[in-house]
Amino acid sequence: MKITIRYFAGHRDITGLSEEHVELQPGATVGSLWELLIGRYPRLTGYRGRVLYAVNQEFGTLATELHDGDEVAFVPPVSGGLPICDLWFAILDGGERCHG
Amino acid sequence: MDDPKLNIQDPTLFTISNQPLDSAALTALVQSPDMGALVTFAGIVRNNFGGRATAYLEYEAYESMAATVLEQLANQARATWGTGAIAIHHRVGRLEIGETAVLICVAAAHRHEAFEAAEWLMDRIKEVAPIWKKEIWADGASEWVGNETERKAELHSPPTGTSSD
Repeated sequence: MKITIRYFAGHRDITGLSEEHVELQPGATVGSLWELLIGRYPRLTGYRGRVLYAVNQEFGTLATELHDGDEVAFVPPVSGGLPICDLWFAILDGGERCHG
Repeated sequence: MDDPKLNIQDPTLFTISNQPLDSAALTALVQSPDMGALVTFAGIVRNNFGGRATAYLEYEAYESMAATVLEQLANQARATWGTGAIAIHHRVGRLEIGETAVLICVAAAHRHEAFEAAEWLMDRIKEVAPIWKKEIWADGASEWVGNETERKAELHSPPTGTSSD
């Protein structure tokens, strides 16, 4: 299946791309895609645990499953600079979805 | 939300724009006769960061997502503090010192919840809204804000030969 990845800010500087397409096996998750990209662009390693994951413009988690045609963005840290880990869900529902 | 009219969102309440922001326009969007408090927060481009002189800033957004995130945060703030309407506009592109980067306008029956909601919103925008700020320093160097860990990781990781850019 074909996935589109959007790169912003520091991630675009690292990859030299604002967008790219990758072929993934069915069952791939946000997490497996992120590990693939860290292998391809080692400088992304420093962002591990510090990005928010967006699938089709909605925040997801590392466990979110991908489907053909999905658009994924790894949202690099913004000005807050906190260790975020699913911060979005902590805001919206007390963090219940953060664990696991 | 008990008040059905609060669920009708005007699409102009949450926008990402490369044009100068207008606080009077935002005020007009959220004001209503039953709201006795109106708090407007403006985030302004400052001439330094930690004492280092800034030349100008560049803002970039994941535009198709950012306005939705602003609206979701505003919905959360309205539910938490029971405020009235909220509008948030964020600028992108090149911004000079003194220009307005973000405007948050919160209407509420009383001032306490309007102040609290506005501050909470600004904190959350900085944490999760897919909007990035690049400092272009007076000495010509530049960097994306929030990249400290990436720089540290580079410093401490052995050379891999792949970071050739």
